[in-house]
Amino acid sequence: MSFIILNRTMASDIQKTTVAVILITSFLAYTIFLYVSLPKKNYATSNASIEGKKIWQNYNCAACHQVYGLGGYLGPDLTNIYSKRGPQYIQAFISNGTNVMPNFHLSNNEQENLIAYFKNIDSSGKSDPKTFFVHNNGTIEQ
Amino acid sequence: MEPLNNKQLSTPKLYLLTGLILLAVGLLFGISGAIQYLVPDYLKEHFSFEKIRPLHVTSILFWIILGSTGGVVSYLQQYNNQKIKYPFLLKIQYLIFSITILTILIAYIFGFFGGREYWEFPPILALPIAIGWILFIINFISSVKTFRNQPVYIWMWMTGLVFFLFTFIESYLWIFPYFKNNIINDMTIQWKSAGSMVGAWNMLIYGSSIFLMEKISSNKKHGHSIVAFALYFTGLFNLLFNWGHHIYTLPTYQYIKHISYAVSMTEIILFSRIIWLWKDSVTTAKKHFHYAAYRFLLAADLWIFLTLLLAILMSIPAINIYTHGTHITVAHAMGSTIGINSFLLLAICFDILHDTCIPIAVNIKWLNRGYWITNISLFIFWISLIIAGILKAKWQMSVSPEPFSVMMLQLRPFFIVFFVAGTIMTIGFYLILYPLIRNQVVCFINQSKLK
Repeated sequence: MSFIILNRTMASDIQKTTVAVILITSFLAYTIFLYVSLPKKNYATSNASIEGKKIWQNYNCAACHQVYGLGGYLGPDLTNIYSKRGPQYIQAFISNGTNVMPNFHLSNNEQENLIAYFKNIDSSGKSDPKTFFVHNNGTIEQ
Repeated sequence: MEPLNNKQLSTPKLYLLTGLILLAVGLLFGISGAIQYLVPDYLKEHFSFEKIRPLHVTSILFWIILGSTGGVVSYLQQYNNQKIKYPFLLKIQYLIFSITILTILIAYIFGFFGGREYWEFPPILALPIAIGWILFIINFISSVKTFRNQPVYIWMWMTGLVFFLFTFIESYLWIFPYFKNNIINDMTIQWKSAGSMVGAWNMLIYGSSIFLMEKISSNKKHGHSIVAFALYFTGLFNLLFNWGHHIYTLPTYQYIKHISYAVSMTEIILFSRIIWLWKDSVTTAKKHFHYAAYRFLLAADLWIFLTLLLAILMSIPAINIYTHGTHITVAHAMGSTIGINSFLLLAICFDILHDTCIPIAVNIKWLNRGYWITNISLFIFWISLIIAGILKAKWQMSVSPEPFSVMMLQLRPFFIVFFVAGTIMTIGFYLILYPLIRNQVVCFINQSKLK
């Protein structure tokens, strides 16, 4: 940590407080703006999908699987599994497990809800990094 | 005010001791998780990865949280030259945290989850943690009294305390349908809070580390310097606005990504500062290397350099699309939590606990071995993750990728290195932890006998 403290000029309280107030006020404004104008409006979410999300969380699926590249790395990213493989393929995995994933013994209703959740995630966008275009300034666009 | 290195097992030391025990336990869970990468059906039916991972993550997160709390309270008492304002509240906070952490770990073993990354426990258990943290803030503010002409570490502690609470509460907004019913809205807010929260606990740890550096160098002016505050504000700026680099590939607002990209690049200032002062750091290191605490500060300096370099690269969207969703992200997380957070907290632990009851000199040989074993094996561990990540990135970008299971088999040699290096690193950590934990247990036994 020596790189932080090798200078001895003093800063005044007013200067420091002003910078802190500007930063924190900007952060709060940014936060409130984001809360009131969330990225997705007017979306339809089925009850089955909401129940499916509960199952996803209750079984801690994110420990092994990713959605939009976020989560664990033991299993594959499942963002677009619904459109890539279809509901039967997903159901086969859920109901039997694999050599890595245990069989969680979900009921038929739970399996259907989980599949509805995958359908919902799938409709939200594409997670495949190949679908991004790179600009010269380092930004990306899909 | 009693001296810090006395033979009493005070409440701040209890925080550090509990944190050290959690680190020891968390490392074991980490090894169990790494085995599952190599032997997939190992303990699959009863203790599978969705249980092991949160056990590992939570143990390590609470090592960081309890270690930070113990460090902040101990150093605040040293700074004020008097005890914390409400020792009773500190004890209640400890009790709340200990019971809650134990409940969380038991909940995982029995398969009860909240299923959110990092905070994987049922949401009801977040309530006692938030209450405990509020007690900490009350205690801190009451003990500091005035914020006039305070050094940078008081600012950093205050920032860390407030923003941890803010982001912790924010991370539970998902319980409301308004936030949770759309995956994009949910993930945007989830990673807004998670990204800033890391910055919050870094503020607590870095603040204590600066206090420790001042103490070792016996110069109280450093914490008031313009440079120290400029770097603090750069850190705060990043804490507040750079969280978007976690979600570059999420179809959320573009402006979130642009802000994050621009803000993240200000970390180059910190990076340049490290390089600029490298020679001075080495000279200072030679002077103070005999202090066990200083060695860990020095190791953390190296890991700050490596991790910051990786973080800056990963914050460039054009590079992030390759690294995102790969083990490079894990390498970054491991470099940060082990190389920076844990080493800085160990420096703080050695400063506060080292000579209590049994002099540390008794174990200095083993401690030195532990230090080098941990650092070298961490480097190998880190490199193996980066290589595995590069190969996974290549697979992700492939036009006709092989099945996921085939790709994972190709990464197997690097997982073996990762497991072996992780196991050796754990042994190294145990050599370091043993004298620290044993000293406190001896203190506790002596204290009980006296009573």
